Amino acid sequence: MSTAMDTESTYSGYSHYSGHSKKAHRQGRDRHKSPRSKDGSRSEKSVTIQTPPAEPLLGNDASRPEEGQDDNWGETTTAITGTSEHSISQEDIARISKDLEDSVGLDCKRYLGLTVAAVLGLLVFLTPIAFILLPQILWRDDLEPCGTVCEGLFISVAFKLLILLIGTWALFFRQPKADIPRVFVFRALLLVLIFLFVFSYWLFYGVRILDSKDTNYQGIVQYAVSLVDALLFIHYLAIVLLELRQLQPMFTVKVVRSTDGESRYYSLGHLSIQRAALVVLENYYRDFTVYNPALLTASKSRAAKHMAGLKVYNVDGPGNNASGQSRAMIAAAARRRDSSHNELYYEEADHERRVKKRRARLVVAVEEAFTHIKRLQSEEQQKAPGEMMDPREAAQAIFPSMARALQKYLRTTRQQQYHSMESILQHLSFCITNNMTPKAFLERYLNPGPTLQYDKDRWFSKQWTLVSEEAVTSGLQDGIVFVLKCLDFSLVVNVKKIPFIKLSEEFIDPKSHKFVLRLQSETSV
Amino acid sequence: PVIATLSSFIFFSFQQRIEIHKLRQGDNLILGFSIGGGIDQDPTQNPFSEDKTDKGIYVTRVTEGGPAEVAGLQIGDKIMQVNGWDMTMVTHDQARKRLTKRNEEVVRLLVTRQSLQKAVQQSMMS
Repeated sequence: MSTAMDTESTYSGYSHYSGHSKKAHRQGRDRHKSPRSKDGSRSEKSVTIQTPPAEPLLGNDASRPEEGQDDNWGETTTAITGTSEHSISQEDIARISKDLEDSVGLDCKRYLGLTVAAVLGLLVFLTPIAFILLPQILWRDDLEPCGTVCEGLFISVAFKLLILLIGTWALFFRQPKADIPRVFVFRALLLVLIFLFVFSYWLFYGVRILDSKDTNYQGIVQYAVSLVDALLFIHYLAIVLLELRQLQPMFTVKVVRSTDGESRYYSLGHLSIQRAALVVLENYYRDFTVYNPALLTASKSRAAKHMAGLKVYNVDGPGNNASGQSRAMIAAAARRRDSSHNELYYEEADHERRVKKRRARLVVAVEEAFTHIKRLQSEEQQKAPGEMMDPREAAQAIFPSMARALQKYLRTTRQQQYHSMESILQHLSFCITNNMTPKAFLERYLNPGPTLQYDKDRWFSKQWTLVSEEAVTSGLQDGIVFVLKCLDFSLVVNVKKIPFIKLSEEFIDPKSHKFVLRLQSETSV
Repeated sequence: PVIATLSSFIFFSFQQRIEIHKLRQGDNLILGFSIGGGIDQDPTQNPFSEDKTDKGIYVTRVTEGGPAEVAGLQIGDKIMQVNGWDMTMVTHDQARKRLTKRNEEVVRLLVTRQSLQKAVQQSMMS
């Protein structure tokens, strides 16, 4: 039995194994430390259940570590480690409480921003109309009559306002797809600009026109038209700042997942760090294969074995030379002739062979299962009404013949918790409905797909934190590194500038392609 | 008779005058070696030249027991002159013609050889 600190919690095959070592680990620690040590701060899913007694725990509970009795722990206690389907671990509780408080805070901020923008927008929209209508209302009799010119201007104002309305709706009225930590700089800037602009117009209007009761109505209408024109230009500015500027790619970012090193490259334009983080996350859900903690156990157990065999004894007397001890341990570990590389090689070769074998069995089973189903054409449908099945029933009929092979394959590749029987049946009926071949049906199970493909409960990554040394509203620069953390893993993002490309031109005359024979003769004389 | 006079002793090359008496074989007069090179040939494929842009005429093969071997010509030699005619800037065919003139029975070559070692061996053997 290995002494590995293997603490993963896949309940299928590992629970007894990890429970054993978990108990040993816990016992060792509890001898030295005080009880109730909360190890919920560790970010792996290795938390033992040490919640206060008030919390209800479903399923087979852990018996609490009793400090006194050490002898019969192997036989008498059962323990669950991490989470099984039925229990709530400390992590989940932390997560739930964090969700609650965050959602309240962020919603307030989001709605505040939205209401401010909406109010301002309404104000801005109604201003030209107010400019035109107020003289009519207040001093109608004094106004100079203004015939066709004014009517023409009214039409142009109306249409420009309509265009502005449609443009604003297209540009700004979109579902916010994310909550970002800091305010969006360009949007705030634009709102301030619009506010100042409209304010100055009102000021001028109020002082020069309302107070003095100007009678030149045409001038007033033209003033309103100029306001609408300027608003259209501000809208153009908004498009350029918010949309167009970041389209041209200026930076290449490399995104690496911290747990297994999977990496991707993306091209970005001039964005702030928080918006770049948003783009990276949107692409993460599509491009990266799903995070599977079950695949990491092997490397963890190897890492534990490396340092587990060495203990340092201080022979020369007291004096806690910690750094000296650790250096001694590292040196001893390096000198020790251990064959773990051999183990790794053979283990991996063996695993690959097993996977390939199971895969072959699976493919054969599925192909055979699919041959039992035949689609009825519409003419044939009237002839045999009794035996007809809809896709769901057809799927249920052929599922048992491939279920075992599929289950075994999923267990070998450690994907079994991502696919429940219900989801497999659904997928099978979907494939049958759309005339897919067995290979198309299997595509989902043979390769681990992107996170979006799976059920939201298995994502392990919904709440993200942006960790950055620079301010998150500052723009991307060459060499910036920021980290997107979620509870179980993190994405390290490295920004590099796309180099300045010097492209020059060369003209080659098509007639200049000439060739000559390379001779090397030898003549005897 | 072989005349092995060291006319000029240059450190990296060794010039030698070689007199070959042609052998009559049927209707032909043969010298017993093969040449390669020329200004119309590709100098980079010459295995004997030190400088791969050298378009001179080189001896690529010497038949055993032939008049050239007897006279002391060696494989890899660069032929500088034939009977006074310059061979450093000639085409392959011109070189062949200069060597195989029917009315000449003796050709006097001025050759250059690269290694000093070879020259010392030569002088020791003769």
